Amino acid sequence: MGEASKISRYLYTVIVLFLIWLFLTASLDPQELAFGLILSLIVAALTYEIFTTNGLANLHPRRVAYAIAYVPYFLWAMIMANLDVAYRVLHPKRPINPGIVECKTVLKNEVGKLALANSITLTPGTITLDIDGDKYFIHWIDVKDDSVEGASKNITEPFEKFLKVIFG
Amino acid sequence: MNALAAIGEALVLIGTFFYFLSALGLIRMPDVYNRMQTSTKSATLGSLGVMVGVGIWALGTDFGSAAWLTKSIVIAVFLLLTNPISAHALIRAAYKSGIPLWEGSVVDKYREHLEAKDKGEVEEAPAEEGDEE
Repeated sequence: MGEASKISRYLYTVIVLFLIWLFLTASLDPQELAFGLILSLIVAALTYEIFTTNGLANLHPRRVAYAIAYVPYFLWAMIMANLDVAYRVLHPKRPINPGIVECKTVLKNEVGKLALANSITLTPGTITLDIDGDKYFIHWIDVKDDSVEGASKNITEPFEKFLKVIFG
Repeated sequence: MNALAAIGEALVLIGTFFYFLSALGLIRMPDVYNRMQTSTKSATLGSLGVMVGVGIWALGTDFGSAAWLTKSIVIAVFLLLTNPISAHALIRAAYKSGIPLWEGSVVDKYREHLEAKDKGEVEEAPAEEGDEE
């Protein structure tokens, strides 16, 4: 996807900054809102060039819906994996089976790849070691399948179906 | 004591439990990679539980307001954005500095990948020398 127009990128940055301001102040007082808007406009003017390349296209309803659906899905995956690792830590025999596996991703977008790598790292039991093109090298605490396809099916695919839509 | 405060207290308790597990994992795991797995990750859920728990807990007290919850959620989101980057940087640095995997490790695709890459470069270099001769 090529770069969106400057205005679209600028507006998107303003919206995101203003949302963060709203969360941080948690107040609907007109003075607070006005000052937050002024600050967002100034900071966005300085930073929009490195903040986003897609601009307002990121706020497409389908993408936002998938992003919202991704949050509980991801939290659930994270909690389940945490319990799995907790079991491995507490079990007297320490049932680990670690190794570094290779996964392939279907994502093309750089930001999408970053989001996938971060999601993998945040899920306990897997850490992204390195990315080279579409190859992910992942340290996995319990290697169930060391082939590229098997590992991809286990690690990257559950996240990809969401990230594919969110980041295009 | 009301329901919100009770939920918050439970979340903080769960968070501290995962902190404890990550400290325990640090002692029990055999090599640096597996220690990273247990320590950095459990700490994430631990911090999430404690922060969101504090936000909800404060809602149930008489001095609390919605600002507690939104601020703690913003902190949690920034933590989720930055934590994996440091974990990735640490484990990659460990690998690049040559720390071996635990002997029980089953597979190391990254080494195969690096070796294949090196070989590709090494094979080209002697061929060029041969041409010069």
